[in-house]
Amino acid sequence: MAERDLLLEIGVEEMPARFVESGRQQLKETLEKWLKNHRIGHGPARSYATPRRLAVVVEKVSERQEDVEAEVRGPAKRIAVAEDGSWTKAAQGFARKQGISVDQLRLKDYKGEAYVFARKHEEGQPTADLLNKGLAEILEGLHFPKSMRWGRRRTRFIRPVRWLVCLFGEETVPANWAGVTAADRTRGHRFLGKETVIKTPSDYVEVLRKEWVLADVEERRNRIREQLSEMEKEQGWNIHVDEELLDEVTHLVEYPTALYGTFDESYLELPAAVLITTMREHQRYFPVENTDGGLLPYFVTVRNGDEHALSNVARGNEKVLSARLADARFFYEEDLKLPIEKAVAKLDDVVYFEGLGSVGDQVRRIRLLVEALADRIGLDEKARVSLFRASEICKFDLSTHMVDEFPELSGVMGKEYAEKAGESPEVARAILEYHYPRFAGDRLPEGTPGAVISLADKMDTVVSAFSLGIQPTGSQDPYGLRRRASGVVQILVDRGWSNITLGELTDLCLERLKSDGWLKRDATEVKRELAAFFGLRLKAVLQEEGIRYDLIDAVLASDTGLPRLVVEKARVLGEEVEKEEFKNVAEGFSRAANLAAKGTPGAEVNRDLLEAWSERELYAAINSARDAFEAAREEQDARGMFEAIAKLAPVIHRFFDDVLVMAEDEGTRMNRLALLGEIKRLTDEFAAFNKIVIAS
Amino acid sequence: MNIQEIILKLQSYWSTQGCVLAQPYDVEKGAGTMNPMTFLRCLGPEPWNVAYVEPSRRPADGRYGENPNRVYQHHQFQVIMKPSPDNIQELYLDSLKALGISPLEHDIRFVEDNWENPAMGAAGLGWEVWLDGMEVTQFTYFQQIGGMEADPVSVELTYGLERLASYIQDKENIYDLEWVEGVTYGDIFKQPEYEHSKYTFELSETEKLIRWFDDFEGEAEQALEQNLVFPAYDYVLKCSHTFNLLDARGAISVSERTGYLARVRNLARRTAKRYVEERERLGFPMLKQEGGVQHG
Repeated sequence: MAERDLLLEIGVEEMPARFVESGRQQLKETLEKWLKNHRIGHGPARSYATPRRLAVVVEKVSERQEDVEAEVRGPAKRIAVAEDGSWTKAAQGFARKQGISVDQLRLKDYKGEAYVFARKHEEGQPTADLLNKGLAEILEGLHFPKSMRWGRRRTRFIRPVRWLVCLFGEETVPANWAGVTAADRTRGHRFLGKETVIKTPSDYVEVLRKEWVLADVEERRNRIREQLSEMEKEQGWNIHVDEELLDEVTHLVEYPTALYGTFDESYLELPAAVLITTMREHQRYFPVENTDGGLLPYFVTVRNGDEHALSNVARGNEKVLSARLADARFFYEEDLKLPIEKAVAKLDDVVYFEGLGSVGDQVRRIRLLVEALADRIGLDEKARVSLFRASEICKFDLSTHMVDEFPELSGVMGKEYAEKAGESPEVARAILEYHYPRFAGDRLPEGTPGAVISLADKMDTVVSAFSLGIQPTGSQDPYGLRRRASGVVQILVDRGWSNITLGELTDLCLERLKSDGWLKRDATEVKRELAAFFGLRLKAVLQEEGIRYDLIDAVLASDTGLPRLVVEKARVLGEEVEKEEFKNVAEGFSRAANLAAKGTPGAEVNRDLLEAWSERELYAAINSARDAFEAAREEQDARGMFEAIAKLAPVIHRFFDDVLVMAEDEGTRMNRLALLGEIKRLTDEFAAFNKIVIAS
Repeated sequence: MNIQEIILKLQSYWSTQGCVLAQPYDVEKGAGTMNPMTFLRCLGPEPWNVAYVEPSRRPADGRYGENPNRVYQHHQFQVIMKPSPDNIQELYLDSLKALGISPLEHDIRFVEDNWENPAMGAAGLGWEVWLDGMEVTQFTYFQQIGGMEADPVSVELTYGLERLASYIQDKENIYDLEWVEGVTYGDIFKQPEYEHSKYTFELSETEKLIRWFDDFEGEAEQALEQNLVFPAYDYVLKCSHTFNLLDARGAISVSERTGYLARVRNLARRTAKRYVEERERLGFPMLKQEGGVQHG
């Protein structure tokens, strides 16, 4: 069948940079799906995007839709055929409805009964006609988190639609959408280019290049990268390329030209994070470093245009940046004048969760929580002093101008200001580190004060939210509760404190909320929800450790209060399952557990009824295994725990070989089942061995 | 080009585009959007094109005339086109050319910025327009005003006159800007900046402000009961400005703040709704000028 290339372009007013990539992908996927649903064969598709356009070129699109042979089932033969063999009214009606004559009806078996069938031949329509009718449907299939209306149109799109190109081979498909009729004309760069005709889809990228538009996202991104590295070489600089910023800049321009400007050297006295954030957040500039990683008084920006009058552009940007940096310096100097105690007091005026008091209230809860944790961890007096001080002032930087301007600098500024105010290095570091981990894969607090405060802060936030009925749903997690809960688990895994379980942490937070009068829901229910929530976080942490799913299920079925121990147990199992003898161990435990189910749960073993030598041997082995298991657990020694119970395996097998558990005498039988019940209880404390998949 | 010339150029340009040249509104307000020529006229189906300069008061930004960029009162040049024309971006860029700013000599960009004024129940999508990295205009398609869906959609262009002038005149300090030959911005505004800042931060009396707010709110209510939309709206503006003074004075706590904002929003919403009802009662007179075209 004849084929042609297809070009679809949506011309819009400047889209927000952060949505361009999703728009590009959606357009390609939506069109491919539409072609498939309409039985139109096609070759590979490539999509393009700039701030002002989303486009897709599909190669070798069939000129016609595929024909379709359809067989439609009608009434059963007994209804369709009269006694004299003629077609009944029902059959005639069916034929009419299908648009065929009764002569074309066929009889065929369907599930053991004869039915009337109509065979229809549906001829494929020309692709151009289908596109003409279907373009609106295709484009309405694109969705953005924020869409808008304009003028008198009812259409919603990410930004107003100003032109459409729909070219099938060299034929224009004049479809209508959003008040625009598709044609073969596109627009070039807003200032450097002009309106221009595209003759055929394969010309798309080249035609636009002549009009100062680089439609290919990768090409544009690479062009910027090359310009930056060229500048690095020429100037002997190191330009730090933040990939997220590079993506954004790529989608802010149609034709990139990198240029640099300078700022007053005296601003280098400001903390580097302030300079970098000011340049990135306000102006989308790349900061410039010397080869040792020290900041230099330069910035790099990317213009949407050519090299003409670059000095104008540089001068304008320098002026803007210098005003921004003057603001930053003003904030910094003002902040340094604000005593920390005053900054802390201001937190009483900052709303935490609506209905849970102020940030000041939360800080006071954290302070008390931290004290309870310090007792459990057994910190010495010196460490306690730093910890308590840091916890009291950990959020003071929220009251500063700089953090108000750049919330992401919270912690960084806290540390800086705390040092300047003469706080000890431990305290200053904790104010920064309690924010960690801030995202998946982020570092964990190195110092103990930072780790303890991080734990308390994150736990209090999660518990507080749950106490108000705020929980993450699907992809929605506006308060970052999943991230915080994962942080709690990661810190507990990292630290391995044996006296702090997830359950106790939850209780401590809930009790605090309750005694301060903030708890509005039933504590038991909140606790249950939290246990399930943290269970999922723990599972996620285990998955990130690369642990097998069946081992994860096995350890999660056991006690999960101490995340470090859970991870260790999973690791030990991971090593053991690879060994030959593991099969023997798991089988012994599983067989014991299966039979134990026939006994009375919790039944005690009666020593006097132990008859056979193998019974007595097993009884003694269980007792010594339990002692060894508990001693190892005390030390959070997962390997020791496993080895303690693994020793039981041969004894269990000897027992099964020697005696018949289901003895006739009820007393003997029940006592043997109770013995097996003991084994199940003990091994369950390590993991649910029956969940482990053993290769045969 | 001095500020006076900038204003004249913009007025002349937008007049040519069919805008009514209105004058600043005589009630204190924080932004040109709050002028009834924008807030009320953008409601309902009637077409409307207008341009005006708006002196806008932001008491909390007062700096006693000492900060080179921040001021108690700045000036916006406001353009409204309703419904938004299809070539509005081109019209806007031509206005920059009228000011002598050639896009080929500079870097002009439309950077996402979604505007919202919760107290007025207003929100829109659009951009800040960057001229060589400096934000010179806020460009917004209103989606909602006074809590009501905007239909048709109006476009609002807000030029920051001080920003634009400091770029064009290449001045670091706002007070050095030339308003007209021989007269600087400082000559005109330095003293009021100092005095308004002093009054706002040191002299204003919280008790009085709270009382005035209550009184203005009562007046707005009373006018609304009589279907007198424009007087009601004046008192909504008075409430808003009084709230801004209270806020700048640091006189209200966070929860009180939320309460005051909710009171302003509630009044703004009711006034907006009443405005549309009153225009409807009058038969949306300005629809007729559009050759009887009905919206839909």
